[in-house]
Amino acid sequence: MASENKFEPTNPTLKWIEDRLPLMGLIYNSIGGGYNVPRNLNYWWNFGVLAGFMMVVQIVTGIILAMHYIPNIDLAFDSVQHIKRDVNYGWLLQAIHANGASMFFIVVYVHILRGFYFGSYKAPREILWFLGIIIYLIMMATGFMGYVLPWGQMSFWGAKVITNLFSVFDFIPFIGDGIVNWLWGGFSVGQPTLNRFFSLHYLLPFVLVGVVILHVWALHIPGSTNPLGIDAKGKHDKIPFHPYYTAKDAFGLGVFIIFFAAFVFYIPDFLGHPDNYIKANPLVTPTHIVPEWYYLPFYAILRAIDNKLIGVLAMFSSILIMFAMPWLDGARVRSMRFRPLSRFFFWLFVANGIFLGYLGQRAPDDILWFGLVATSYAQMATFFYFAYFLIIMPLVSRMETTKPVPTSIAAAVLEANKKG
Amino acid sequence: MLKNIKIKGLLAGLVGATIAFSGATAAESTAKHPERHHYESAGIFGKFDIPSIQRGLQVYREVCSACHSLNLVAFRTLGDIGYNEDEIKAIAAEYDIDTIDETGEVTSRPGIPADYFPSPYANEQAARASNNGALPPDFSTIVKAREHLSFMPWSSVYGEDYVIALMTGYHDEPPAGFDLLEGLFYNDAFEGNQIAMTPPLSDGIIEYADGTETTVEQMSYDVANFLAWVSDPTMQARKEMGLKVMLFMFVFVVLLYFTNKRVWKKVKKGEDIDPSEV
Repeated sequence: MASENKFEPTNPTLKWIEDRLPLMGLIYNSIGGGYNVPRNLNYWWNFGVLAGFMMVVQIVTGIILAMHYIPNIDLAFDSVQHIKRDVNYGWLLQAIHANGASMFFIVVYVHILRGFYFGSYKAPREILWFLGIIIYLIMMATGFMGYVLPWGQMSFWGAKVITNLFSVFDFIPFIGDGIVNWLWGGFSVGQPTLNRFFSLHYLLPFVLVGVVILHVWALHIPGSTNPLGIDAKGKHDKIPFHPYYTAKDAFGLGVFIIFFAAFVFYIPDFLGHPDNYIKANPLVTPTHIVPEWYYLPFYAILRAIDNKLIGVLAMFSSILIMFAMPWLDGARVRSMRFRPLSRFFFWLFVANGIFLGYLGQRAPDDILWFGLVATSYAQMATFFYFAYFLIIMPLVSRMETTKPVPTSIAAAVLEANKKG
Repeated sequence: MLKNIKIKGLLAGLVGATIAFSGATAAESTAKHPERHHYESAGIFGKFDIPSIQRGLQVYREVCSACHSLNLVAFRTLGDIGYNEDEIKAIAAEYDIDTIDETGEVTSRPGIPADYFPSPYANEQAARASNNGALPPDFSTIVKAREHLSFMPWSSVYGEDYVIALMTGYHDEPPAGFDLLEGLFYNDAFEGNQIAMTPPLSDGIIEYADGTETTVEQMSYDVANFLAWVSDPTMQARKEMGLKVMLFMFVFVVLLYFTNKRVWKKVKKGEDIDPSEV
């Protein structure tokens, strides 16, 4: 959406610079007064900015931690302890970075589900949505490799389990046989593995920044969606990003920082696993190997299926299937506010995802309810997960009678105001 | 509608979290759930219980250190638990630290504050050989490594509580029908209930410098406090900074809230909209 307000500096020096490199204008048109945004965004729209904030936090703390961390299998564990004990404010940086990963995933999960609920993946925002999925995949890879770096028991065994998954591709001619050894750089998870994970853990965040820039670029072509899901048309439908959304995002960010700080200062190890306070030992397998909480639903899908190859494919598909959402969902109305049946299934999907997460951290043969083991429940939940995308979404979106949609955003604001 | 979404989202989250973490640590364990004790270090205003930690250091030095190393703890850090420079020098000097003299011979010298607590064994093999094949774990992060926190406080296991439960969990005789392996001891706090560690504490085994009675319970409590400090030496600094950050953020967020409200005042109500143009 072209902006009506143009950035024109009055200061001659700034004008001289702006005429040659319109960097300030770029910022102004991205997150300043030059970017016009629907006036009715609710607090769920804060989470994009929060995700950007977390990305910066992780990069800044990560760069400083990398100055003290040693990617050596004999020294890595102790170097993390050295950071926490001897480096000035190292305990703070380490706690921010370790909990920051979880916070990043929390805000991104909300951000993604916001997209589900309000139909943000629908035309004309498909590419914006694809870039978001790519960001999420890069985050998962980065988070996984970062968790390996402290070289605790769960780091080591998590790395072993996840890299071993690639052994299912051994049927591929020529490359299949050695794929896991190639990933490890040896015949087990060891020094070359740790070193390359460190290298990639430092690289991928900058790839992430690149994709995020594309994501924001793609966002600015059609502009933000909004809770009503209707296109902003009239001049009263939009307001400038600054000061309205800078003020709103600042408040949201403040609340989020309190949440974040509660973990960092009071329960810094709550989201971690105690076994990661034990140095990695290739000879001692932990009783339960569990990934970080943010991978648990996908871990449950992986383990739900008896056939390892199909399990791995199901796990990857469970994320890749989001690429098809713009076409799986055939509804003309974007927002689930006007699609009560879709809304009902959406919340079931969310509950099912949390349930999968719960199952992911149970042992597969744990007997849960009605004499059924965790794997049985995981199979049901996995079925629902895929059924949501492949059966429920295509059918419900095309058959559901939607509620009447307001004619414009401004009209809806006036209407709501009349009601008080 | 927005309220509706918020409430539903919140409910879904709460219910999910409750289900998800209720059984997290309770998974068929043979170990008795450790009893909860009170520590001065607990809670958001938690402070290190210095006298207890100092007594715990004494228990470690006179009892535990016969088998357990403390590889990541330097003598200099004892300043954090109330020892002055001279006391630290004196403690360090009581230890022999391996070194190499100018002719290249391996020898030893008295410790200095920059040294770390030396290991009781030369290597893992030596440690196992002296302990019936079992390896006494290093104590540097032991309390954190035994802490299983859960959303349900009653199913959480705190590292200090575990240490106390283990120290006081020995039974002279295993329950009837329990098949105790040769050379192991029955302990109801330990996973599997048989442990290679000889019961390390008994009433009056040492004499506290401050005259506190050395019951097994007292020594367990003190050594738990000491090991908690060892595992998390920045706990107090962290909580003190946390309090400042929280107080600042609460005030700042209130200001941001009213700023936001004021910025949005007209726009929120649509007073800027000309109804004829809608």
